[in-house]
Amino acid sequence: MSELIPPFHWHTFLFSPWNDPLIATSNFWIVLMGFMVATACGLVGNYLIVRRMALVGDAISHSVLPGIAIAFLVSQTRGSTAMFIGALIAGIVTTIIIEVIHKKTRVKQDAAIGIAFTSLFAIGVILISLFAAQIDLDQECVLYGEIGYIGPEALAGEHTRIFGIPLGPITVARMILVTIATCVLIALFYKELLVSSFDPGLASSLGINATMVHYGLMSWLSVVVVSSFESVGAILVIGMLILPGATAALLTARFPRILLLTVLNAALSSLGGVHLATWLNCSPAGAMVVMASLLFSAAWIFSPHDGLIRRWYYMRGAGTSEPSEATVELTSK
Amino acid sequence: MISTARQPTSALGQAGATEAPPLEIHDLTVSYHKKPVLWGIDLVVPAGKLVGIVGPNGAGKSTLIKAVMGLLPLNSGWVKIYGKSFQKNLKRVGYVPQRESVDWDFPVNVMDVVLMGRYGHLGLIKRPSKRDREIARECLDKVKMLPYSDRQISNLSGGQQQRVFLARALAQESDVYFMDEPFSGVDAATESAIITLLHELRAKGKTILVVHHDLPTARNYFDMLLLLNMRVVAFGPTEEVFTYELLQKTYGGRLTILSEVAEAVRQKV
Repeated sequence: MSELIPPFHWHTFLFSPWNDPLIATSNFWIVLMGFMVATACGLVGNYLIVRRMALVGDAISHSVLPGIAIAFLVSQTRGSTAMFIGALIAGIVTTIIIEVIHKKTRVKQDAAIGIAFTSLFAIGVILISLFAAQIDLDQECVLYGEIGYIGPEALAGEHTRIFGIPLGPITVARMILVTIATCVLIALFYKELLVSSFDPGLASSLGINATMVHYGLMSWLSVVVVSSFESVGAILVIGMLILPGATAALLTARFPRILLLTVLNAALSSLGGVHLATWLNCSPAGAMVVMASLLFSAAWIFSPHDGLIRRWYYMRGAGTSEPSEATVELTSK
Repeated sequence: MISTARQPTSALGQAGATEAPPLEIHDLTVSYHKKPVLWGIDLVVPAGKLVGIVGPNGAGKSTLIKAVMGLLPLNSGWVKIYGKSFQKNLKRVGYVPQRESVDWDFPVNVMDVVLMGRYGHLGLIKRPSKRDREIARECLDKVKMLPYSDRQISNLSGGQQQRVFLARALAQESDVYFMDEPFSGVDAATESAIITLLHELRAKGKTILVVHHDLPTARNYFDMLLLLNMRVVAFGPTEEVFTYELLQKTYGGRLTILSEVAEAVRQKV
């Protein structure tokens, strides 16, 4: 066992990722990419969580496979842009199929998600095996991109520059733009997203088209998922859609604060993930998700809002009542 | 026609004479999965009335409200709010959906929910202003929920949730209100608070349509009743419409309800 897990020293854990300038540069880009992915996914994921559609992101990240295969057959290149467009179309088609099955049959939404993404994923698998000769492509490379490669890529390759600022390899640059756009869109449509998530009936009566908001959100989810996972892998995307938002929701019950905590959580997970990955010499994407789940566990135990410790303390102290905000307020008045 | 269509002071009544009625429905048919739920509804609701919509389960009461609000596709017919389509008169319509239709674990507090009532008055991108918050506080005060404005909505009782929904509708500052079962599952205090509020709104010239489940109280609460069972069985002043014959026609042969009705009519005599 002792050979499997390297010895832990605080000093090496804190400083080893940043000692050597080359490794430090490489790690900087990995942390930046991780932070961008976790922020964009986490922010959009918050809306999925409150709409009880948390698994749609999982569905989209699988169902883009046929889109990528078809994009390859049509364009005959493995160029990043063609793949991106193919995947995006497949992602949007998935959300439409889910919605149509859910609305037009008695099938519930979770089952509709299961139907849509397994069917599309299967079509993708068939396409790839049918045209295996022409397609230099397999589901592995689509689903399990690795954020660790971004470091060497940033060191070796050309940087994409916007206004002269080097934004790293094309995948990182694109992700930075997507993340900024995500924040801007949420700021612009905050009201519409909030009211149509909480009360679609009221939203429609206010003249907000809840269906349009739904498809807009789903399309943007496709953009975020597709631009993330091609380079970081599905596990990081799916993990970051749910974990930061779920953790934040344990710590506060106000939506704006949940959004802020999500961004903080994204920063801690990506930075902590790189440290964890350096110590254990493992995949940074996996380490980031592990870090995010550690943060979730910590929030679950220590949350001043409704954490395990607080619950336990109340059970002993007050004896009978639930340790909710309500009781505190009532007793203080 | 230089004067603006929207007159907040139409409350005072003088505009009522020339203005189109708050709600006009013609030949409305709505169906779910090809089964008609509402059939050939014709209705003109006069201004300043408190109208109860009653009928058995599945009579289409909620469907009627949703169809008027444009939440459901219409098979035929049209709906007009103050002489215009609903989409063109959004600000004049307030809506209180059924309390069960939303997730009360949603991460917002009471103030956030009431402010949603102001969204119709805000442009794209605009955040609620100080004035909007002031209006929201006044509305919360009217339903006696002001001390709870920072409370997480999951920590409210059923009656308190309903009052928050009413405060949100008040914050919409509309002229005609549609309320879907505001009295269901609330405590006695909330019930009387709602009634007081509805009377206040009526006194200001607002028109209110309320889906109501409980027949015995319907007679006391409303000025007018709409007896609905897929079609309009009757619509008129409560004292004219609340008769054994018409209620029997509405509820059919359902014995338990009929005995309730008989009891209610007896009390009236």
